[in-house]
Amino acid sequence: MSTTNQVAISAEGLVKKFGTTTALAGVDLTVPTGTVLGVLGPNGAGKTTAVRILGTLLRPDAGHATVGGFDVVREAPRVREIIGLTGQYASVDEDMSGHRNLVMIGRLLGMPRAQAKLRAAELLERFELSEAGDRIAKTYSGGMRRRLDLAASLVGNPSILYLDEPTTGLDPHARNGVWETIRNLVLDGTTVLLTTQYLEEADALADSLMVFDKGRVVASGRPAELKAQAGRQTLDVRPAEPGHLERVAAIVAEAVGVRPTVDVVNAVVSAPVPDGTSMPIVVRRLDEAGIAVTELSLRLPSLDEVFLALVGHAAVQDTAVLEGAGR
Amino acid sequence: MSTATLEPVAAHAARRSRPFAWVEQSLTLAWRNIVRIKQNPEALADVTFQPIIFLLLFLFVFGGAIANGGTWHDYLPYLLPGLLVQTVVFSTMGTGVGLNDDFAKGVFDRFRSLPIARVAPLIGAVLGDAVRYTLSIVILMTTGFILGFRFQNGVGNGLLACLVVLLFALSLCWIWVWLGLKLKTAQGVQGIAFLVMFPLTFGSNIFVQTGTLPGFLQSWVKINPVAHLVDVMRGLMLGGPVEKPLLITLAWMVGLIAVFAPLAIRAYRRRT
Repeated sequence: MSTTNQVAISAEGLVKKFGTTTALAGVDLTVPTGTVLGVLGPNGAGKTTAVRILGTLLRPDAGHATVGGFDVVREAPRVREIIGLTGQYASVDEDMSGHRNLVMIGRLLGMPRAQAKLRAAELLERFELSEAGDRIAKTYSGGMRRRLDLAASLVGNPSILYLDEPTTGLDPHARNGVWETIRNLVLDGTTVLLTTQYLEEADALADSLMVFDKGRVVASGRPAELKAQAGRQTLDVRPAEPGHLERVAAIVAEAVGVRPTVDVVNAVVSAPVPDGTSMPIVVRRLDEAGIAVTELSLRLPSLDEVFLALVGHAAVQDTAVLEGAGR
Repeated sequence: MSTATLEPVAAHAARRSRPFAWVEQSLTLAWRNIVRIKQNPEALADVTFQPIIFLLLFLFVFGGAIANGGTWHDYLPYLLPGLLVQTVVFSTMGTGVGLNDDFAKGVFDRFRSLPIARVAPLIGAVLGDAVRYTLSIVILMTTGFILGFRFQNGVGNGLLACLVVLLFALSLCWIWVWLGLKLKTAQGVQGIAFLVMFPLTFGSNIFVQTGTLPGFLQSWVKINPVAHLVDVMRGLMLGGPVEKPLLITLAWMVGLIAVFAPLAIRAYRRRT
C-alpha cells in the first residue's frame, strides 16, 4: 500500500481517439504525492485530453489510470471526491456572482447552507475577491476569473488538483498572482498536474516536466534536465552606453568563445551559451574595463526553440519509446 | 492559508451515505437556474414579451377575419387556450438551448467533475425551467384576463388546465434536453427546434377550427399531440369534452418521457 500513498496520479498507455484523429497515442505518467507535474506542449498536443481522462470527464479508449489509488473509470465517483479541476473546460457560471458560484458548489458537495456560505467567503477572501464577490462573474477581469475558477475547484478541499492552462491569456501581473496561489497550495501538500504552453511557467512551478507532441510524450524529466536537452540558452548584455557595444562584444566573445551577435537597434549583445558558467567571467571583464551595463541576463530558449530541439530528436527517441512499449 | 482550517476530507465520505443526496443536488441546480433568471431578466423575453406580442397580433390582426363576421372579442376565448399551449411548447425549446450553452461554456464539466449524482444537472435544469414555463403561463393568462377572457367552466378547471399544460411542457422538454446534448451548437438546437415547432403548433387547431383545414392537414391534426392538448385546454377552460383528449395527452406525456428522458441521460453520460 505504500506505493498508493506515495503516487497520487498514475497512468499507463492512455489512448484516446476522436473519430480519425488520435488525441493520445499511448501516454504513461506518474505524479508522486505532493509534487507538481508540468505538462508542456502546443495546442492539440493532447494535454487537455489527458487532464479530462484523469478528471473522469472522458473515458480512455485503451490503457488505464488511477488517481489517489482509484481507477478513473471503474471508481470515478471516488476519484471525483479527491480532485479539483480548473481550466478551459471546467468553468464557473458566468451569469452568477462569484459568491453564489462558490456557495452552489459547497451545497452540491453536501455542505449545510451556513457552512457553504462560510466556505465561499473564506475562499473569496483568500483569492482577494471579497469585494467583487457579489458581482456576476461575467464582469470579472481575466485574472479575477482564473482566481474564481481556482477557488471553485478548491471548495471541496481536494488533495489532487488539475490546472489546465491556468494562465493562458493573462497579463504578467495576473499570472504572477496565479503562480503564487499555486505555490501556496503545493506548500499545503496538494498534488498538482499543470498543463501549459509556456516553458517559463513549467519551469517556475513544476518539479518534473513532460513534453507532449501529437498525443505522445516526447521528453520528460526535471526542468533543468529538459533545458539541457533543449540546448542553448542566450546570454544578453546591454551596455549603458550604446557606444560600448563593440567593446562588450569583444569581451563576450573572449569569455564565451563564440562570436556574439550585435543588435545595434536595441543596443544589445547576445551570445548562445551552454550554461551560466561564463557569466561571472563576463561580469568581471566588464568591471575591469569599467563598462556599466543596464542588462545582463541568461535567457531560456523559447517554447519554439525547445520544441525544435526536443521534437527534432524525437524522430530517434520515438522509436525507442515504441520499442519500449512493444516489449 | 493552511489546510488545517479547512474541512477535512472525511466529511466527503459522510456525504456518500445520504440516500437522497441527488434530490438536494437537483434542487440546488434548479436554484441556480432561477438565480440566473433573476440576474439576467432580458433572457426571459421568450416567456414574457413574446407571448404578449403573439396574443395581441393574432387577436387584432386575424381576429376579425377568423371570427367569421364577429370581432376580436369573439375570437379571444377560442384563441387563448390554444395560444397558451403554443407559448409553453415554444418555451421548452429554451431548455435545450440553455443546456447546450452550459456545455459549451464548460459549466457542465465542472458539475461532472464533482462527486454528485450524474442526473442531478439534467433534473435541475428541467426543474429550474418549470419556473420559466409557469411564468409564461401566468403572463399570458393575465394578459388574456385584462383583455376580457374568463374561465367559463369554473376557476378550478381553469387552473387544472394550466397544470396540465405545465406537465406537458415538462414532458416535451426532454426532447430538447436530448438534442441540446447531442448537437454541437445552440444555433443548431434552435434551428431543429423551429423545424419541429412550426408544424406542431401552426399545423393544429390553435388558431382555426380543424374543419376549415384541407383533408391532409386534418389527418395531421388528428395525430398531432398539440391539437389534443388544445382540446383539453378548451374543454377545461370553456366547457366541452375533456376525457378522451386528456387520455391521449397523458399517453403522449408518458411516451415522451419514456423515450426521450433515457435518451437524454444516455447522451449526457456519453457526451465527451
